[in-house]
Amino acid sequence: MLEINNLHVKLEEDDKVILKGVNLTVEAGKVHAIMGPNGSGKSTLSYVLAGRDGYSVTDGSATLDGAELLEMEPEERAAAGLFLAFQYPVEIPGVGNMTFLRTAVNAQRKARGEDELSAGEFLKIVREKAKALKIDAEMMKRPVNVGFSGGEKKRNEILQMAMLEPKMCILDETDSGLDVDAMKLVADGVNALRDAGRAFLVITHYQRLLDHIRPDVVHIMADGRIVKTGGPELALEVENNGYADILAEVM
Amino acid sequence: MGALDNDTALEVREGVDRETIETVQAMAGKYKYGWETDIEMEFAPKGLNEDIVRLISEKNGEPDWMLEWRLAAYRRWVKMEEPRWAMLNYPEIDYQDQYYYAKPKSMTKKPKSLDEVDPKLLATYEKLGIPLKEQMLLAGVEGSDEPRKVAVDAVFDSVSVGTTFKEELKKAGVIFCSISEAVRDYPELVKKYLGSVVPQSDNFFATLNSAVFSDGSFVYVPEGVRCPMELSTYFRINAENTGQFERTLIIADKGAYVSYLEGCTAPKRDTNQLHAAVVEIVILDDAEVKYSTVQNWYPGDEEGRGGIYNFVTKRADCRGPRSKVMWTQVETGSAITWKYPSCILRGDDSQGEFYSIAIANNAQQADTGTKMVHLGKRTKSRIVSKGISAGRAQNTYRGLVSMHPKATDSRNYTQCDSLLIGDRCGAHTVPYIEVKNNSSRVEHEATTSKVDDDQLFYCRSRGMDEEEAVALVVNGFCKEVLQALPMEFAMEAQSLVAISLEGSVG
Repeated sequence: MLEINNLHVKLEEDDKVILKGVNLTVEAGKVHAIMGPNGSGKSTLSYVLAGRDGYSVTDGSATLDGAELLEMEPEERAAAGLFLAFQYPVEIPGVGNMTFLRTAVNAQRKARGEDELSAGEFLKIVREKAKALKIDAEMMKRPVNVGFSGGEKKRNEILQMAMLEPKMCILDETDSGLDVDAMKLVADGVNALRDAGRAFLVITHYQRLLDHIRPDVVHIMADGRIVKTGGPELALEVENNGYADILAEVM
Repeated sequence: MGALDNDTALEVREGVDRETIETVQAMAGKYKYGWETDIEMEFAPKGLNEDIVRLISEKNGEPDWMLEWRLAAYRRWVKMEEPRWAMLNYPEIDYQDQYYYAKPKSMTKKPKSLDEVDPKLLATYEKLGIPLKEQMLLAGVEGSDEPRKVAVDAVFDSVSVGTTFKEELKKAGVIFCSISEAVRDYPELVKKYLGSVVPQSDNFFATLNSAVFSDGSFVYVPEGVRCPMELSTYFRINAENTGQFERTLIIADKGAYVSYLEGCTAPKRDTNQLHAAVVEIVILDDAEVKYSTVQNWYPGDEEGRGGIYNFVTKRADCRGPRSKVMWTQVETGSAITWKYPSCILRGDDSQGEFYSIAIANNAQQADTGTKMVHLGKRTKSRIVSKGISAGRAQNTYRGLVSMHPKATDSRNYTQCDSLLIGDRCGAHTVPYIEVKNNSSRVEHEATTSKVDDDQLFYCRSRGMDEEEAVALVVNGFCKEVLQALPMEFAMEAQSLVAISLEGSVG
């Protein structure tokens, strides 16, 4: 589903090279995890895939079902089925959470040539999905992410994901700032979306999220590359021994 | 989740936003009202002198006292100088190179009813989306209440072409007609109140207007009457090189209530056109007036060619105790905006509110704000101003809050927020505060922010294109003001906000 080949990326502002040849293939129906120390390029990878400004791709490619992502605008990538759950969801004062969500859903439907959802249809679906994530009506009325707690922000990201029904979901440190209960809620939300046609790329520092969202494949990223790939046991190894041993072994 | 099940307010907001986006997409970056109506006009000769003033008065069939009033204003005006204190930069206006009177020929003989109005004029208003038929206006939002009626007075260049629902309003005792008719039919009311809020001598533009105003709307709501429908005036400048000088007079007698809407558009032209209006509102004991404006005069092109010069004096006099006024304005058009809708809080416990969105894009310049003059005891005022600048535009909030010695225990709260899009525009806030007693309180808060790249990226990563994203963020910024508008106008205003900012990013 997602194919990343030899991806090289530098920062536009100071030419600092962040990604130095990332290769990664994520198949439909699978959950891949990327772990790695701070500064290894994990978040950059997720931003570059979603199309954030400020990065320049100097080499390589990234395709979603064969279509080149790197040539698309961010909204085209979204309509093509890519979703990034932000590490730091952005606040938009004055814009109701419900309004935001409905605008997003209908923008994507329109881009794909589908009919927009009516207010009634939309509300029915939101209610059901919000309930599973323990998001109440009050939270849907509040402005997007304004005054939300860390847990509310992350649950809100998962609600957006559930509503937009992307094919390829990237979760950027979705566990950061969550207590155990909140993490369980978020993980349940993600697990409920797992199916044969959808893939996940879960970026995290810690094994603990992977106790709840069981990955099929675990990658270790360091210094702008994927340096090691293995099964779920690789995450446990990191948890027990830290990154030092693995890095010493591969670099 | 119980609360969601019966939450209709939420659905309304939803509908509004979808509307915005659809409208934006449908319009794709063009001033929608830039076409002109090809219609035979009758002009007075160019330029201004006593004879032109006499001619305007004669064309309107005015009594002598009205002509004398105009001439007094004219004689004063020729000795006055155009004010230049605003943060506005524009070439000298040649007042002798303007037409001061333009009237569709078909209006020479005043039509008795709307059926007799020139179909070309009716078609013009239809194209503008203003129904001049007496039909129900659906609020246009799913789940909203009963169909609502809005009575319209349509002013085309210098004359009023028709007023709807006159009969129905008359039954309620409400007078709603053009001001030229009011001068003829209700001289006592006009004599008593005209110029009582904005005197002839008030300022250069108001004095000019007093001399040459050709038409406008007149509203009288009698004691204890709640006006049964929204009233609105729709101003259209069509003819070239023609100034528009309309005069609006609204009187809410004791305990009365009226909500009044004003809309404006003009064709695209390379030359600048002058608009100098005066609005006077008199509010007696316990009465309340809401005055909402969506100003969408042609703003000029991207290079700053053409557009309306908008110099407007609007003032409400809360004359009686416990009277209330609320000004809401959405200013998206005009090359130059010079406008300070004000509240004179004369009656004890009277209240004034001012909600404003001023958008300046490309080469537009806006210097706008309000004056809250507290004269009575325990008077309250509230100012919420949202200024949005994009392109090379300059946007200034200028506001006065004045607490007089007798205005004890009075309150003012001012909130002034500026939003910048891009790095070539400017936002300025110029508050004037005078407090002359010890028991009153004035609060002023001001913020300036930029449309944030992270916000736009967040929206786009969820599937919205750049212009949808900007519209959403800006509408969020303006929310408190949009909420103050009547529903039909809120929708129009939201789309306007989006349209006037098109091309402002990227």
